[in-house]
Amino acid sequence: MKTIKELNDISTQIRRDLLRMINAVKSGHPGGSLGCADLFTALYFNILNHDPANFSIDGKEQDLFFLSNGHLSAVWYCALARSGYFPINELGTFRKLGTRLQGHPTPADEIEGVRIASGSLGQGLSVAIGAALTKKLNKENNIVYCLMGDGELQEGQVWEAAMFAAAKKIDNIIAIVDYNKKQIDGPVKDVLDLGNLNKKWDAFGWDVLEMDGNNIEEVINIINEAKHLINKSKPIVIIMKTIMGKGVDFMEDNHNWHGVAPNDEQLNKALSQLKETIGDY
Amino acid sequence: MKTYQILSNKDTRSGFGDALAELGRNNKNVVALCADLTGSLKMDAFAKEFSERFFQIGIAEANMISIAAGLTIGGKIPFTGTFANFSTSRVYDQIRQCVAYSNKNVKICASHAGLTLGEDGATHQVLEDIGMMKMLPNMVVINTCDYNQTKAATLAIADYLGPVYLRFGRPVVPNFTPENQKFEIGKALLLNEGTDVTIFATGHLVWKAIEAGHMLAEKGINAEIINIHSIKPLDKDAVINSVKKTRCVVTAEEHQMNGGLGDSIAQLLSQTIPTPIRMLAVNDVFGESGKPEELMTKYKLDSIDIVNKVNEVIEMKQ
Ligand SMILES: Cc1ncc(C[n+]2csc(CCOP(=O)(O)OP(=O)(O)O)c2C)c(N)n1
Ligand SMILES: [Mg+2]
Repeated sequence: MKTIKELNDISTQIRRDLLRMINAVKSGHPGGSLGCADLFTALYFNILNHDPANFSIDGKEQDLFFLSNGHLSAVWYCALARSGYFPINELGTFRKLGTRLQGHPTPADEIEGVRIASGSLGQGLSVAIGAALTKKLNKENNIVYCLMGDGELQEGQVWEAAMFAAAKKIDNIIAIVDYNKKQIDGPVKDVLDLGNLNKKWDAFGWDVLEMDGNNIEEVINIINEAKHLINKSKPIVIIMKTIMGKGVDFMEDNHNWHGVAPNDEQLNKALSQLKETIGDY
Repeated sequence: MKTYQILSNKDTRSGFGDALAELGRNNKNVVALCADLTGSLKMDAFAKEFSERFFQIGIAEANMISIAAGLTIGGKIPFTGTFANFSTSRVYDQIRQCVAYSNKNVKICASHAGLTLGEDGATHQVLEDIGMMKMLPNMVVINTCDYNQTKAATLAIADYLGPVYLRFGRPVVPNFTPENQKFEIGKALLLNEGTDVTIFATGHLVWKAIEAGHMLAEKGINAEIINIHSIKPLDKDAVINSVKKTRCVVTAEEHQMNGGLGDSIAQLLSQTIPTPIRMLAVNDVFGESGKPEELMTKYKLDSIDIVNKVNEVIEMKQ
């Protein structure tokens, strides 16, 4: 079991990795990825019951993770590589011609860790529910996780899925909302206000928890708390407060960094704030 | 002209429903999803007998398609059922991302396709679905002609690993293909050997093509009639070999001309053996309310219309 200090080191490394990847191809989405680096580290190095060296699409007897907001591909690829799904040197191929690390995740090139394509927003929770149903039919006692963006919640399909999961008692699923209050065009409240998110999920019949997504210890504690709510007839959602661009001062809380690559100068400035910990790829 | 006995008059969707129930008994991995049209899709038998493997999704087709994709992860074989319009245009992006691009073993089963949906009118009469589905890489597209063939196709696609779009219809139509037939995806079926013209038909138009074949035979025209139940993959050899002999083609389908079977055949022939061709299809207009047969007449999708197109194309050839 890794210590919190070790996890924080991995998370910092992942932030370095993803910025270098995005800079190298001058394209990608650093904001959300930086904000969720701590969550991904907690999931892949502490929370998930999984077997990185023996990946299969079916993932029998393992926990499953689905990334609904596929534009966070960079941080996901880093967590997958750093936890042993594929070699870390492959991170350098991100978004380049012939890569398995497509701009948005897909199983088409058989990259270990990815079970479905995402990128077109709003679909991942439904997919996770389908996989959770299969776990139930197969009598597997594993948890299905799904990460969504807060802007993404403006998609109607998310609420179709939310209604279904509660009505049909899909209680082996933990959904996480990246509540960074930012999306492409600006603050979520200006683009299309989500109103009271906790009450919305509660009204849809979900157990609702909250956590600070940029505090690894809290992330682990709250997800463990969520695990105690599994198999109790209700689906579970965690509203995870994060800061877009977390870890790089000039990117923090600024929606303009949703999908813009740092140039070389910006990269160097960012890397100076994120020291190399377990070694660059 | 070979004569086909009408074994019974039945709707194609019942072939789907009966086969689905049979699959339930024989294949524990088969699961079914429906969006509040269980009766219309004839899925009630499966729903009743295998309630733990039947998921009533409610009126949320996008959710249904993505849930189906998720169900494949761990080995289930999901069959989704709703009207053809709500199975395709309503959920195209979900199919594209979660099913086709992700190459998931989902069977999208679509009833009430085309004009023969009838009185509900154009909002429900999808005539673009074959085109949308065949454009998607990885997607198999099947359009069956009668009860027996729909039943056989439903059973067969459960054994095929990958995304499938299975299209069938609402009305009661002649059931004339053999009971318990073996269904081979991607295989064209020769219904009548002929030398003067090849008629490629799909779905409800196959029986019309047989009727047209008899009318043509009376006038001394010997039509080769081929049932294309698999629009994708298309049985290219069968198409090319037939056309080499007959040198002219009529296609017939209950679909838009843009994107339909005729368009697939023309694309193939124009790049192999350019051949005079006439297409029976709906030509860039929406449908409307009416009785199925009235609509087929108005939109010129009847046997007499096939005969007329055959006369035109034979003239073109000469
Ligand atoms: C269906 C769909 N519509 C639009 C987009 C374009 N798009 C990509 S990310 C994004 C904003 C998402 O906001 P949020 O979920 O809050 O993610 P964040 O910006 O916080 O990373 C949009 C509009 C998309 N990918 N999919
Ligand atoms: Mg956001």
